[in-house]
Amino acid sequence: MKEGRLFDKPKHVKRLLMGFYIFLLLLIVADLFLPKHPAFPWEEYPSFYGAYGFVACVSLVLASKYILRKMVKRKEDYYE
Amino acid sequence: MNNSFPAAAILIVGALLIPFLKGRLKSAYLLLLPVIAFVNVVSIPEGIHWTVGFLDYDLIFGRVDRLSRVFGYMFTIVSFMGTLYALHLKKEDGQHVAAFIAAGSALGAAFAGDLLSFFIFLEMTTIASTYLIWARRTEASYGAGLRYLVVHLFGGLCLLAGILIQAHQTGSLEFGVIGLNGLASYLILIGFGINCAFPALHAWLPDAYPEATITGTVFLSAFTTKVAVYSLARAFPGTESLIWIGAAMTAFPIFYAVIENDLRRVLSYSIINQVGFMVVGIGIGTSLSMNGAIAHAFNNILFKALLFMSMGAVMHQTGKSKATDLGGLYKTMPLTTLFCVIGAISISGVPFTNGFVSKSMILGASANEGMAMLSLVLLFASAGVLHHAGIKVPYFTFFSHDSGIRTQEPPLNMLLAMGMAAFLCVFIGIFPGPLYSILPFPVDFIPYTGTHVLNQLQLVSFSVLAFCLLLLSGIYPAEMRAINIDVDWFYRKGAKGFYRLADRLLGVKVDASLPRVDGTDREVIHGNEDRNIQT
Repeated sequence: MKEGRLFDKPKHVKRLLMGFYIFLLLLIVADLFLPKHPAFPWEEYPSFYGAYGFVACVSLVLASKYILRKMVKRKEDYYE
Repeated sequence: MNNSFPAAAILIVGALLIPFLKGRLKSAYLLLLPVIAFVNVVSIPEGIHWTVGFLDYDLIFGRVDRLSRVFGYMFTIVSFMGTLYALHLKKEDGQHVAAFIAAGSALGAAFAGDLLSFFIFLEMTTIASTYLIWARRTEASYGAGLRYLVVHLFGGLCLLAGILIQAHQTGSLEFGVIGLNGLASYLILIGFGINCAFPALHAWLPDAYPEATITGTVFLSAFTTKVAVYSLARAFPGTESLIWIGAAMTAFPIFYAVIENDLRRVLSYSIINQVGFMVVGIGIGTSLSMNGAIAHAFNNILFKALLFMSMGAVMHQTGKSKATDLGGLYKTMPLTTLFCVIGAISISGVPFTNGFVSKSMILGASANEGMAMLSLVLLFASAGVLHHAGIKVPYFTFFSHDSGIRTQEPPLNMLLAMGMAAFLCVFIGIFPGPLYSILPFPVDFIPYTGTHVLNQLQLVSFSVLAFCLLLLSGIYPAEMRAINIDVDWFYRKGAKGFYRLADRLLGVKVDASLPRVDGTDREVIHGNEDRNIQT
């Protein structure tokens, strides 16, 4: 079977990321124009959901890496 | 004619015939059983059926209403998919029988009208599930299965004690709304809570599910926790403490999922996270939130089975399930990659997948009740789901650095089962109407408004951005060959300590080591032989 090489070439990955960044920009712009019906005050801020998702994920990863992993990581044969 | 048997009996009694059949007839029979059970679930009229007198009480094996029927649909549909996925196992009758007994017992529990028959079916699910863990025939699966059994038997004892006190106090075994109001109800809640993987009672799940057989895990992921969700929806709707128990369930497993190396264990943590959303919905207790919880259970069974099936397909082909061992498989398993990605975007709640149409109901219910803190926790958990189940699982398996593994797609039956699950995930996402029409309460909810879609797209896309930037900057934690201890540490190390103490006190050498079992995974070896992997 012929191997797909789609994601091996840096050029392709770069293009993919570029497309993704443009998509993110569109989301930010769309948010400025869409009428909002806020249930909570924070929903009135522009692009609140994007910002929240970004901050949530970064803090999730940092907390897992620097706090949880330090506490719970053991060797694979720990229980044997 | 269909209504002369409860659906549970069709699967459980039907399972006993499996060892006597061979070849194509057996395959056809295996696929036919869940279809008959499904037709049965569709066609039983609402009401009470199959009542059997037992001592002074009535055991009710067929209480059919909108709540039990929707769980009946779920369990029969996933039985069909799971059976199709396992159809290539020609010499594993035990696994087929156990899977059908687990499915039949789950159906029995969903249609049980009294607490005692519910309890009996729940215990049967436990035993059948234990078999599906042990059937892997590795030392790790033997230990994990034993711990699974002991923890669930303990949960069963709590439940039984609660039921007996309840029956003594009220003179009735009726399985209806119980609510938190005294010792009996607390014991029953703990019994349900162990099956539901409440925080601190959850460790059996990520301990046992990744050690079960490739095909068994698909069944396990569907039944135990969803029966528990059903029992909470039946007995504890609107119980406020469930809101915070559920919120904790959505949040804490995602931290573990980020640092876990075994991708089937990542998916196991993600079950707890998803069930957390359902528990929150039940805790809020409005018709929107209850509908959301049930709809999410339905959808979760589909995308969680799909994710476990795609990881199982990888394991069947390569014998590996750890992020450190995998990568680059999209080149040789493009269809499996596609199915896994559909499961991943569904669980992340991307618009036009089934995860979106049900999770937004729970988030909407939380907003309707003005629960600000809860809404923020659930949003955090939604971003976290995307991170571990949505990106981590497909990325480290199929993309990431090339592991050098060259293999091929799994057998056709596995592809068909994954294709069916993937189709349903997208179909329900685009046309949620049929799902909404079978929910317990009338649905007055429109998932596809501009704001809903945009907010969710922002949440998801910027979480992806966070993943990309962390990965590109090298901050993302490297996958490591390591395990992470969880609360099962207390009984795993505790048991060893107990044996040591017994040695000291009694002066007798107690052999705490596990009996040796044939330490090979037949399924994987079978796959390797067939497919001649080049690594």
